[in-house]
Amino acid sequence: MEEQFAKTEIRKPENIVYKKTDLMVDRPLSYCPGCGHGTAHRMLMEVLEEMDIADKTIGVSPVGCSVLAYDFLNIDMLGAAHGRAPALATAIKRLWPNHFVFTYQGDGDLAAIGTAETIHACNRGENITIIFINNGIYGMTGGQMAPTTLPGMRSSTSPYGRDVATMGHPLKITELISHLPGVYYVTRQAVHTPNHVRKTKKAIRKALELQKENKGLCFIEIVSNCNSGWKMTPVQSNKWMEENMFPFYQLGDIKVDGKLIELPKTS
Amino acid sequence: MAKIIGDIAINNERCKGCEVCIAACPFTVIAMSKEVNSKGYHFAIKVNGECTGCTNCAIVCPDGVITVYRAKVATV
Ligand SMILES: Cc1ncc(C[n+]2csc(CCOP(=O)(O)OP(=O)(O)O)c2C)c(N)n1
Ligand code: SF4
Ligand code: SF4
Ligand code: SF4
Ligand SMILES: [Mg+2]
Repeated sequence: MEEQFAKTEIRKPENIVYKKTDLMVDRPLSYCPGCGHGTAHRMLMEVLEEMDIADKTIGVSPVGCSVLAYDFLNIDMLGAAHGRAPALATAIKRLWPNHFVFTYQGDGDLAAIGTAETIHACNRGENITIIFINNGIYGMTGGQMAPTTLPGMRSSTSPYGRDVATMGHPLKITELISHLPGVYYVTRQAVHTPNHVRKTKKAIRKALELQKENKGLCFIEIVSNCNSGWKMTPVQSNKWMEENMFPFYQLGDIKVDGKLIELPKTS
Repeated sequence: MAKIIGDIAINNERCKGCEVCIAACPFTVIAMSKEVNSKGYHFAIKVNGECTGCTNCAIVCPDGVITVYRAKVATV
């Protein structure tokens, strides 16, 4: 079909300024339309490509929607038991100290069942990079409440909204681990607009550069939508995220060069 | 004289119709098709020729289905 508005005269390989990196396996992603997992994957792979370290990098995928990351990222990957990715990554890094090692984990994986592994890997200051996708919910299993679910937020197991008195407070695990001396760089980013995506990519690059220098653990939280679990369209969910998630999970650097950044207080 | 022009190519079959790219475009180049692809998704299409090749839409597309071209062309 002849495409309307196609400027065929400039459609030449030498004029390509953006295309999906070959480090993403060329198959459809299993994620719901508009889910940030795909964008986060691609930024990570773009950084590996730009640093030319794909063949020296080993990733650990979690349990959660991104369990299949090993099918999409065209690098060496291992799958960890639920929540255990930082422990597995510790072993890999110690056996292959000259390789780049990262984990890619959701909030249910990292901040619920894997809390112990997260905190101790951070506290030991393992020279790994943790990519933490916080969508405030257990996406894969049907949108159950997670430790990260906001007060009042509905989920399939808090249908009237999270009641803090009976269900507890949301856990800001990123702030929590930032206080550990083994942790060198902590930042919170997003991937729902072009500017946010560009910042996330810079943060991932910084973390992997620091891993090369053996500075200690680097931790990147990406606040993302789970539009299926939140029961919204992708565009609505991104708006809801800006209005509700960002005031609680404030974007920006939390710890840089081993020093905590003073953040403005939230109410 | 020369000017910069851009163009995007969208992989219709891989588009999931999430519409995240639409708001990312400064020149409202993208809208959704009336037809659906083989998966049943309305897909992103171009609705004007204003693309400058800024890459915004492609960077934010979760499924990475947009390829962006940019070139300097001579004007008369
Ligand atoms: C030992 C064990 N307990 C529970 C489960 C069920 N389970 C699968 S994924 C998941 C939570 C995933 O949530 P999250 O890490 O936030 O990932 P998301 O899908 O939201 O990206 C749970 C509880 C499991 N697979 N294994
Ligand atoms: S369930 Fe949520 S986290 Fe999982 S792919 Fe769908 S939108 Fe993404
Ligand atoms: S490259 Fe930029 S101008 Fe062109 S369609 Fe995409 S967002 Fe719009
Ligand atoms: S962001 Fe990508 S998948 Fe979503 S509608 Fe646009 S082209 Fe399709
Ligand atoms: Mg989750």
